[in-house]
Amino acid sequence: MEIFKADVVIVGGGGAGLRAAIAVAESDPSLKIALVSKVYPMRSHTVAAEGGAAGVKKPTDSFEYHFHDTVGGGDWLCEQDVVEYFVRQAPIELTQLEHWGCPWSRTEDGHVNVRAFGGMKIERTWFAADKSGFHILHTLFQTSIKYPSIKRFDEHFCVDLVEEDGRCQGVVAIEMSTGEFSLIEAKSVIIATGGAGRVFRESTLGGIVTGDGMALAYRHGVALRDMEFVQYHPTCMPVTGLLFTEACRGEGGYLVNKDGYRYLQDYGLGPLQDKPKNKYMELGPRDRLSQAFFFEQQKGRTIEHPTLGSVVHLDLRHLGEAYLRERLPLIYEMAETFMGIDPAKEPIPVRPGVHYTMGGIKTDGQCAASLKGLYAIGECSSVGIHGANRLGSNSLTELLVFGKVAGVEAARNAKTAAPGNSANLLKQAQAVEQRVMALKTKSSGTERISVIRKEMAQTMEDGCGIYRVEKTMQATCDKLAELRERFKNINIDDKSSVWNTDWLTAIELDYQLDVAMAMAHSAINRKESRGAHQRLDGFEQRDDVNFLKHSEAYYVAGSAPRIALGDVKITTSQPAARVYGAAGEKADQERKASHV
Amino acid sequence: MSENLKIIEIEVLRYHPESDREPHLEVYKVPFTDDMSVLQGAQYIKDNFDGSLTFRWSCRMAICGSCGMMINGIPKLSCETFLRDYHPNRIRIEALAHFPIEKDLVVDLSGFIEKLESIQPYIIPKEPRSLEQGEYLQSPQQFNDYIQFTSCINCTLCYAACPQFGLNPDFIGPAAIALLHRYNMDSRDGAAEERMELVASEEGVFNCSAVGYCSVVCPKHVDPANAVNINKTNAAKDYFLRFLSPKGGSK
Repeated sequence: MEIFKADVVIVGGGGAGLRAAIAVAESDPSLKIALVSKVYPMRSHTVAAEGGAAGVKKPTDSFEYHFHDTVGGGDWLCEQDVVEYFVRQAPIELTQLEHWGCPWSRTEDGHVNVRAFGGMKIERTWFAADKSGFHILHTLFQTSIKYPSIKRFDEHFCVDLVEEDGRCQGVVAIEMSTGEFSLIEAKSVIIATGGAGRVFRESTLGGIVTGDGMALAYRHGVALRDMEFVQYHPTCMPVTGLLFTEACRGEGGYLVNKDGYRYLQDYGLGPLQDKPKNKYMELGPRDRLSQAFFFEQQKGRTIEHPTLGSVVHLDLRHLGEAYLRERLPLIYEMAETFMGIDPAKEPIPVRPGVHYTMGGIKTDGQCAASLKGLYAIGECSSVGIHGANRLGSNSLTELLVFGKVAGVEAARNAKTAAPGNSANLLKQAQAVEQRVMALKTKSSGTERISVIRKEMAQTMEDGCGIYRVEKTMQATCDKLAELRERFKNINIDDKSSVWNTDWLTAIELDYQLDVAMAMAHSAINRKESRGAHQRLDGFEQRDDVNFLKHSEAYYVAGSAPRIALGDVKITTSQPAARVYGAAGEKADQERKASHV
Repeated sequence: MSENLKIIEIEVLRYHPESDREPHLEVYKVPFTDDMSVLQGAQYIKDNFDGSLTFRWSCRMAICGSCGMMINGIPKLSCETFLRDYHPNRIRIEALAHFPIEKDLVVDLSGFIEKLESIQPYIIPKEPRSLEQGEYLQSPQQFNDYIQFTSCINCTLCYAACPQFGLNPDFIGPAAIALLHRYNMDSRDGAAEERMELVASEEGVFNCSAVGYCSVVCPKHVDPANAVNINKTNAAKDYFLRFLSPKGGSK
């Protein structure tokens, strides 16, 4: 087994992992950094983010506004001290990215421009056309090349963490091109592996979004927090789930039902507005918009498409081709290529699809997990800024702000922590190798990977969708337990060493099943409706008395997870009714008046 | 997926280095619907017929750059190429041309990555600026000078299209030169001269025989051929200036 000794190892080479790597390198150039990624970093799913990154920019805006939008948007399940830090750092980090070359779209006078986004009171979303994630990722990747202390392990697949005396001391990874195992020792380990939305059927996500890092930390005793909160993005391509950015609505797009009616006015988001108005209508938060779709479908007011199923229309026609080509070029191309639709001439059929996991590896405000030496950042983590519903464009900023925090913290820890006992760590790594190899070499299996994966995705869709009831959630929990059992009998066609994606897909499925169980059990345990977790079985209201609490799922080998409840940090924003549109504006004014 | 499934024959160039002496073709009959991409065809084969079929993919929306392959001899992103456009004929998919095959449709990209790393693909500031001073300003003209060349997704289709890269694998090639040009044209950057040494070097732009096929296959309209062309002129100018000035050009 190859052994590499690093000071800090980072698992995941997307926006968060790259930002952390740069932060470690800038903190202390003498620290050795190992950046492990199962794809070349620029393939990471940050690449697919479209709309932009939030940070106060306009003179009319304030940190306080961004804070209140985020905490209210999260239905008061945010860690408010962490949100306070986040909103203050946001513009600094976005400016840093500009200095590194990110081609943010600009105003005529040469400044960075900002656009409107759902649930945000003032325009504060920095954007690079509709390829913001792509540009952020490539800027970070290319900038990371400047730092010689960052050693990349591209196309290396992480299979476990190693620990000693209650400290995380490195990772075990497979070099995909050879199938060889490596032990990467490190005093600090940062997990930045992104979300887990691929446990669902129809999602905006790339094939790599399989919750690897969440499962790794979880199996080592770290809680997965608030996993029941899964974001459905309201405007996705039917069947494939590909994303049509919220910026479509930020730029003025309408959502209409089969009667051509802008139905959001019926769901507490009105009154109707001609021009995009912040926090009204199409600029409401994602959970509310996806929920409105559900009810439109119940009422028979969605459009029944022969091949696409139930859809509503995203209408961009009134914005005109020239404007669409400038502001939403990727959306334009996607509509043309994948659907044969010219969005300047026809409305785009859309429906909600799984987009983001609000929950993740529980960390404190410095990104440290309960296992010493372990940090988590980005979508795989739950540092506490998204609560029960993430506002669009907060997560790209999160990668930067907390990527930097984790890098600085991990560097500090690496300089003071003692190295592990190499012989002991190697022994652990060899045991990991044996276990993972056994999955591949056993020959008696009869279950196909793709079959279990499909059944998992279907049951998650059924039980943990936009609206939930006890009965189907229980059915999902039972089904997942069955699939966990059947996974033991998995067959892997490919027995070779080089580039064995059949084997790696099975390891991913193993991760996914654990994460799916954490989601389903957290969901059934939350007997209230809050943010993206909505119930229709007698728990339709938010229940702050019993459930102004984080869910924490703890791994129990061979069984369902143990679910505990954890406290929520409230600083200045007491839970209130979560209202948008005219009602939201009124509530805002009352809040202001009570502060005077 | 519904009734009325049509069947398309997909011919795949297979190669497993541990068991195959050389690459060979295998044919699969794949049921498909009109919305299915070539990538989905490959996934169907992997899920249902042979889990050992190996290819890279992720985003499915032509932005991650993973899933390039030769489709009937033309380098394309398989996620945005559709089976319906080939049916009822057989379709052939193969690993990207000009790269060593690692397994099936997976090629060795390490050489390409080294090239990307070699061109200093980051801002080397012309004028330092603190974060407190805010962003650099860029006029619409300054922005337009480089923005097109930022769109490269590193899919390497242009390398599979480039006959010169096929002959000389050391040629830094279309995408890397386009990226180099992107940084040279950025008003925030001050390192164009350093990068010009590589442009004019043996691995640089003069390898290009101006076929222009790289720009034809580019899925993001980056037009790398244009970047290469501009840099041929720049390198020639640079050479001329160096010749005139004893201090070595405009340094």
